[in-house]
Amino acid sequence: MTAQDRWLHTPPRKSATFDDASIAEIRRAAATGIYDIRGAGTKRKVPHFDDLLFLGASISRYPLEGYREKCATDVTIGTRFAKKPITLKIPITIAGMSFGSLSAQAKEALGRGASAVGTSPTTGDGGMTPEERSHSSILVYQLLPSRYGMNPDDLRRADAIEVVVGQGAKPGGGGMLLGQKISKRVAEMRTLPEGIDQRSACRHPDWTGPDDLEIKIQELREITDWEKPIYVKVGASRPYYDTALAIKAGADAVVLDGMQGGTAATQDVFIEHVGIPTLAAIPPAVQALQELGMHRKVQLIVSGGIRNGADVAKALALGADAVSIGTAALIALGDNDPHLEDEYRKLGTTAGAYDDWHEGRDPAGITTQDPALAARLDPVLAGRKLANYLTVMTLEAQTIARACGKSHVHNLEPEDLVALNVEAAAMARVPLAGTNWVPGVGQW
Amino acid sequence: MPEVDLAVTPLRELNAALHKLKPDTNETSWRVLNPRGQHAIAAGLDAPILVTVEGHAGYYCAGMNKQATVVINGNAGQGVAENMMSGQVHVKGDASQAAGATGCGGLLVIDGNASARCGISMKGIDIVVKGSVGHLSAFMAQAGNLVVLGDAGEALGDSIYEARLYVRGSVKSLGADCIEKEMRDEHKAELRRLLDAAGVDGAADVSEFRRYGSARKLYHFHIDNAGSY
Repeated sequence: MTAQDRWLHTPPRKSATFDDASIAEIRRAAATGIYDIRGAGTKRKVPHFDDLLFLGASISRYPLEGYREKCATDVTIGTRFAKKPITLKIPITIAGMSFGSLSAQAKEALGRGASAVGTSPTTGDGGMTPEERSHSSILVYQLLPSRYGMNPDDLRRADAIEVVVGQGAKPGGGGMLLGQKISKRVAEMRTLPEGIDQRSACRHPDWTGPDDLEIKIQELREITDWEKPIYVKVGASRPYYDTALAIKAGADAVVLDGMQGGTAATQDVFIEHVGIPTLAAIPPAVQALQELGMHRKVQLIVSGGIRNGADVAKALALGADAVSIGTAALIALGDNDPHLEDEYRKLGTTAGAYDDWHEGRDPAGITTQDPALAARLDPVLAGRKLANYLTVMTLEAQTIARACGKSHVHNLEPEDLVALNVEAAAMARVPLAGTNWVPGVGQW
Repeated sequence: MPEVDLAVTPLRELNAALHKLKPDTNETSWRVLNPRGQHAIAAGLDAPILVTVEGHAGYYCAGMNKQATVVINGNAGQGVAENMMSGQVHVKGDASQAAGATGCGGLLVIDGNASARCGISMKGIDIVVKGSVGHLSAFMAQAGNLVVLGDAGEALGDSIYEARLYVRGSVKSLGADCIEKEMRDEHKAELRRLLDAAGVDGAADVSEFRRYGSARKLYHFHIDNAGSY
């Protein structure tokens, strides 16, 4: 074709609707007859903390000195009902991730990293491992619908209890751990045959609805003599009502997980199309807390796409008491590290995109039960990396808070924020930058 | 024998007192009066004691029980003996939904009927129901035995794993992947042991029971089985 001929033909143009990813998925579905399963959270771009900016100090607001004046970061959880609330040195916790989905080494590393900076990791489906307990100074124990590994001894050994109603990657969905990862130890902990495709229930077996949840929480308090803080974790879908109902049910804390929150494995269609972004979930939850007079009394922990100290600061400014990280913590341990690129290529992917966590072939030794792969992860070194990362995030959040004149990160407030676009302004309920317009609020 | 009257003593005090008991306690037999349907009575016990509840209990009576024997001289609300680890719970009346849910061990005996989802996600507990059980009993049941002397409702043993179900009466329908299985001698012996433990001595003949368990066809997801879910 000559250069002149080219002008006579319409240049190739790919469809915005049938983009490369959509076409590839159609081909994959046609070839296999089964939906795509993967780990991690949503990969589509949704309004997020990047769409917000802090205003910083000005003539009417004066800042704090970065290397001199204190900006506290501690958070106490469980002050509402628990005899023994827990105090975290930083407002960043590690989200629930199971032994089974993660290797024992990875769980140990999470415990080590969190403990080094005074915060808590969280168990997951399948129960509490001795490694996890012994390396976690403060450990949150999840009560999940499956009740795999649930027992009263671990309940009493825990520092806090988290009743999991849902998670952001799949509100309304249960867990999934495919046979490759059901090793002998995992199977024994879950009382299941080795090597089967294991499904975790999507709803609790012994309670239905908010009134039952209240009684369930009462039972957990009775079993543990009202000592432990009890969290209720929900996937972000109806955050206003779920927060209000969790408060009504007697929660000490509400964990709100947006759609960017990760999962060990579920259907891609679930991850990408069910639930709402973290940014959109926080204001309705805070509104529910405020209307019930429970803001700062029932703590709000937000997760789903937290990556840096700016995200932490923005979540807190919108009204959260703390944030929780999962995917970011795995990356800090070494997940998707470019130095493993050759191995990711062999798996048909690339560093930064690897999400087949359910297959158990993680070259980083994190999302696997293969002993040889898991042995690659040094829990001491990985724990140190996680601690470093948590420290950096905390320093970043403090930097922003000081710039806004706050002596505690909890003093950040919506007034410190503006949005870069209309969508984020509407979701976060803060003004569009350079205006006083908050879409959807007041006469607008 | 210590007696605690829940009409005057807060439940929290009762449970705290029971939790403080040492394994070698001399206070091995307790009576709980006027339960009046309160929830979480005798929950979280971990001592070889007997607790007799004189009346109807609410939700989660004897929840997560270890070692203790809890007798309810009345009906039991939702989730009686949920997640029991060991010991024995005996309901002299009827039980509501999710009786013995997720139980890992021990024996739950219900003299009357049990409502829906009896033995849901059971993980090693033995349950003997002298009456009938409601729908979706033994849903996703992983291990242990459910014995029903009466009838079973719809979708018995739906998505069952390795638990064993013995039913003397009719079964309205079986759930996904649950099938009738041969009643071999070892099963008859096991059933006899369970019936004896539940105090059903000569009144029930093991040959009158049918055994149900997993077809194990859904243990690995296969697209050809999608219609079963």
